[in-house]
Amino acid sequence: MLTFSKKNKVTAYIGMAVFAVVLAVLPFIMGATLGNTWVRNLDLAMLYIMLALGLNIVVGYAGLLDLGYIAFYAVGAYVYALLNSPHLVPLLAGTGFEWILHMPLLVVLPLAALMAGLFGVLLGSPTLKLRGDYLAIVTLGFGEIVRLFMNNLDRPINITNGPQGVNLIEPVSLFGHKFSQAITVFGVEFRSVHLYYYLFLALALMIIVVSIRLQSSRIGRAWVAIREDEIAAQAMGINTRNVKLLAFAMGASFGGVSGAMFASFQGFVSPESFILMESIVVLAMVVLGGMGHIPGVILGAILLFLTPEVLRDVVNPLQDKLLGERVVNPENLRMLLFGLALIFVMLVRPEGLWPSKRRKAELHEKDEKAAAEAAEKESAHG
Amino acid sequence: MTLARYSLIASAVVALTACGNKEETPAAETAAPVSATAPGDVVIKIGHAAPLTGNIAHLGKDNENGVRLAIDELNTENVEIGGKKVKFEMVSEDDQADPKTATTVAQRFVDAKVAGVIGHLNSGTTIPASKIYSDAGIPQISPSATNAAYTQQGFKTAFRVIANDIAQGGALGEFAATTLKAKKVAIIDDRTAYGQGLADEFEKAAKAKGVTVVGREFTTNQATDFMAILTTIKGKKPDIIFYGGMDAQAGPLTQQLKKLGVSAKVIGGDGFQTGEYIKLAGDNAEGQYASQPGMPKDKMPGFGAFNEKYKAKFNTDIQIYAPFTYDATRVMVAAMKKAGSSDPAKYLPEMAKTDYAGVTGPIKFDAKGDILGGNVTVYQVKNGVWEAVATVGGAALAPAAAPAPAPADAAAPAPAEAPK
Amino acid sequence: MDIFIQQLINGLVVGSIYALIALGYTMVYGILQLINFAHGEIVMMGAMITISAISVLSATGIGLPGPVLVVGGLLIAMPITMLIGFIIERIAYRPLRNAPRLAPLITAIGISIVLQQVAVLVWKNNPRSFPDLLPHEGHNFFGAVITDLQIVIVALALLIMVGLLVMVEKTKLGRAMRAVSMNQAVAGLMGVNINYVISMTFVIGSGLGAIAGVMVGANYGLAYPTMGFMIGLKAFTAAVLGGIGNLGGAVAGGILLGIIESVGAGYLGPLTGGVLGSHYQDIFAFMVLILVLVFRPSGLLGERVAERA
Repeated sequence: MLTFSKKNKVTAYIGMAVFAVVLAVLPFIMGATLGNTWVRNLDLAMLYIMLALGLNIVVGYAGLLDLGYIAFYAVGAYVYALLNSPHLVPLLAGTGFEWILHMPLLVVLPLAALMAGLFGVLLGSPTLKLRGDYLAIVTLGFGEIVRLFMNNLDRPINITNGPQGVNLIEPVSLFGHKFSQAITVFGVEFRSVHLYYYLFLALALMIIVVSIRLQSSRIGRAWVAIREDEIAAQAMGINTRNVKLLAFAMGASFGGVSGAMFASFQGFVSPESFILMESIVVLAMVVLGGMGHIPGVILGAILLFLTPEVLRDVVNPLQDKLLGERVVNPENLRMLLFGLALIFVMLVRPEGLWPSKRRKAELHEKDEKAAAEAAEKESAHG
Repeated sequence: MTLARYSLIASAVVALTACGNKEETPAAETAAPVSATAPGDVVIKIGHAAPLTGNIAHLGKDNENGVRLAIDELNTENVEIGGKKVKFEMVSEDDQADPKTATTVAQRFVDAKVAGVIGHLNSGTTIPASKIYSDAGIPQISPSATNAAYTQQGFKTAFRVIANDIAQGGALGEFAATTLKAKKVAIIDDRTAYGQGLADEFEKAAKAKGVTVVGREFTTNQATDFMAILTTIKGKKPDIIFYGGMDAQAGPLTQQLKKLGVSAKVIGGDGFQTGEYIKLAGDNAEGQYASQPGMPKDKMPGFGAFNEKYKAKFNTDIQIYAPFTYDATRVMVAAMKKAGSSDPAKYLPEMAKTDYAGVTGPIKFDAKGDILGGNVTVYQVKNGVWEAVATVGGAALAPAAAPAPAPADAAAPAPAEAPK
Repeated sequence: MDIFIQQLINGLVVGSIYALIALGYTMVYGILQLINFAHGEIVMMGAMITISAISVLSATGIGLPGPVLVVGGLLIAMPITMLIGFIIERIAYRPLRNAPRLAPLITAIGISIVLQQVAVLVWKNNPRSFPDLLPHEGHNFFGAVITDLQIVIVALALLIMVGLLVMVEKTKLGRAMRAVSMNQAVAGLMGVNINYVISMTFVIGSGLGAIAGVMVGANYGLAYPTMGFMIGLKAFTAAVLGGIGNLGGAVAGGILLGIIESVGAGYLGPLTGGVLGSHYQDIFAFMVLILVLVFRPSGLLGERVAERA
């Protein structure tokens, strides 16, 4: 991945430098050729990369299937939204707690991560004993519970503003500059979408670095051990409870960061942005890309993010031309392809599109074993 | 709507306005729909956003047709703005009824430097998008978003030509108290932004009229079983039951009410003033009430002529909001003419001063951008069809016959606007 | 008091619907230890196909009586859902029998999405009204109301449970099922055709799913492509509550969950001063699920321990 043998070190550094330059000018190229809408899409893609990397820790590293991951995204989004909008002002008026509003980004962001992490532990602790599909169902339920509470905590005391969502969320403000305003540096105009791009890029890079460091750390190896065989891991002296909780907390906090950024970027959050389908989409990004493999997960996030745009560009004109009317709705087609892709990848390439070598080897070893078994059975029957 | 919500990955929607009409197949983005644009003409782009795919695509298409009709007419009228001949062009985008997509669409409009935006259709998309328009200083007129919060954000660019939920909830509350003489009501909402918003406004209005709210129950927009909450309500013996939500739930809810032997009437908003409701509720739909902002179509001053033009052009029936999008487009262009400029900064002040006699009735805006005297019509199912029974609100009954614009101050404020 | 009885009846009816669907989950889980996520979608398919079949049947103009039409529609829908169930198992589950446990779960989600979207393609998004053909005369029961159809639903849930129990205990196929569920490898060695048994389980489960779908559609008067997911999830909860893999447990769990929901939605609001009310109705199922899995993973009647290392 990002480790290179000494021979290639120079080329690797050059490659990385080129890559960095490309990343830096990408929004301007996109903006010039395709319009700022695509820069906005780029920003949203970054959010999904962060989300997918967070889920990758839980699912990819620790092997715990989480179908309620979007709940942490929601927690992060609401933490940011409530602390940076006028919504809580009447509730806090006269309580002496007004100071919690409008805190600087460097306080709010860790706070969102922390809150999401706490929710991660909250989810993790009762489900420690559960494995596989039971865990999946319970996390799914947890995700729905979080969403339902957000949708209903407007009464008796209005905390989340219920289904109406929280509006008028302030944009990120860094070094005294509000991200909603353009800024000109050395004659180059950085618009709001550009500023968010660099912020999201920085956060995504940070999450990538943390992910890489975690992977090869003691904890990362403990996660892999649990994923492969929990009992054996326990026998080797790994405190499975703490290590699992840590996986939930870490994954959740990444989701929380992403959610907080989503809230500031959109300026509006409502519970309908955090439905179950979103958890499944993020899971699909991880699974399709390659569980446990960072470049794979990033690839998965980008691919799944791009599909609807491409589909809409292609499907509708094609139908208009060939049939003269719209029979298939591109959104419908997207979900259909999405379902088929999940099935297809699991059957044909369970390691994902861009797997780590280790994972690939593991899965294929199993395949070989299975094939051998099947052959054995055949001969036994015959 | 579910599908639209699924759309997690916020999407850049490409303007595909290609419509069913063969003569107009080229997408609006690339070609002005009417005749040839003479070189030298100034082209003014007007954005339109609504869900053009998914559950309520038929409503989105209807909105788009209203804008298209207005623009095609304007282009044959040789409109001059600031002494120059201009042509108008519609840029239509699909927001999928999804908040995230809506903000992307809004950004696209800003990129495309549209002079103004007609849209969006849903409140859930209109509100987040309005911030982007406000930041860019582009005037926006929603033809159909009724959530009160839209115009309460303090944005100077936000307008709407339809009565909001405060007016609708208020009108329903007043109707329940005065016409139906209800003493006790029970309220159910589906915990969506629309259903809850409307139910809250109804509750306020009903209480203000001295009606007792005996129960407030909740369901979801995915539910089919309402027996538990209806049983609770049955025990409280209300005179009428208000439901804030859509037809897909209102239908079975009405049926289950009958099963429990409750004879109280169901009343609600535009969410189930639809043919679908009558289908789903079956015989039990008979006698139930629901409202729709605006006057009944046959009472709208210019509806007859509009309906003919619309049918001739699109060969289909008007769904709901086409007259409103048509008026919204006309209002926007009228402001440009007055200001002598299509520059948003220049014609925006004129928009606020609008006094226009539209197809749907007289249009004037209050300080927030809401329509003054927007009225609401209550319908009842009679012999299997919705029939208008009362129009409540501002300039309601006066212009039924003549399209005379209401005198400047006559337009009373929308009912129940005060309590907010 | 009549209100309380009515809530119990409401719970009994909705619980019987959960039970009907839960039987399908529990059969598959008992044999494969797999959550067949797509079962809710089979239920939806059953309802949607029946509606279409009824409209075709009534278009023939023979003028059949209502119940006959519904049964006719169901008889057309059942073989189709059985075929769908059979195909799902062949394509999405069988090749993954030896794969990591995550894999079949993900394909199950995939199948679920595909079925839902196919239904949207065929029937569009809007709800379809279920033709009003079955008698739903209301009967007074201590001041509460129960309709004919609701009585049929409750009876059907019990009847099908008994039928399945007889099949599992008394028939050759049932014995094979029990064998496969205990130990696949050994059952195979004993000459049980594992693939056949598993296929049959899916076929029977999917047929039951169609019946459940028709009951849901007829009782609520409508069906729509996204109806399967939530009801499937709740039915799964019911199966876990009763003890997954246990047929009697599925029915007991379903009815118990139905009553918890009804009574919860009806009385929790006043009890908590409006803090928790009917807006949390959907949470009860998830709460029950989490509590059961944490404190009694074997469920009410189950013997198997849920945790498998």
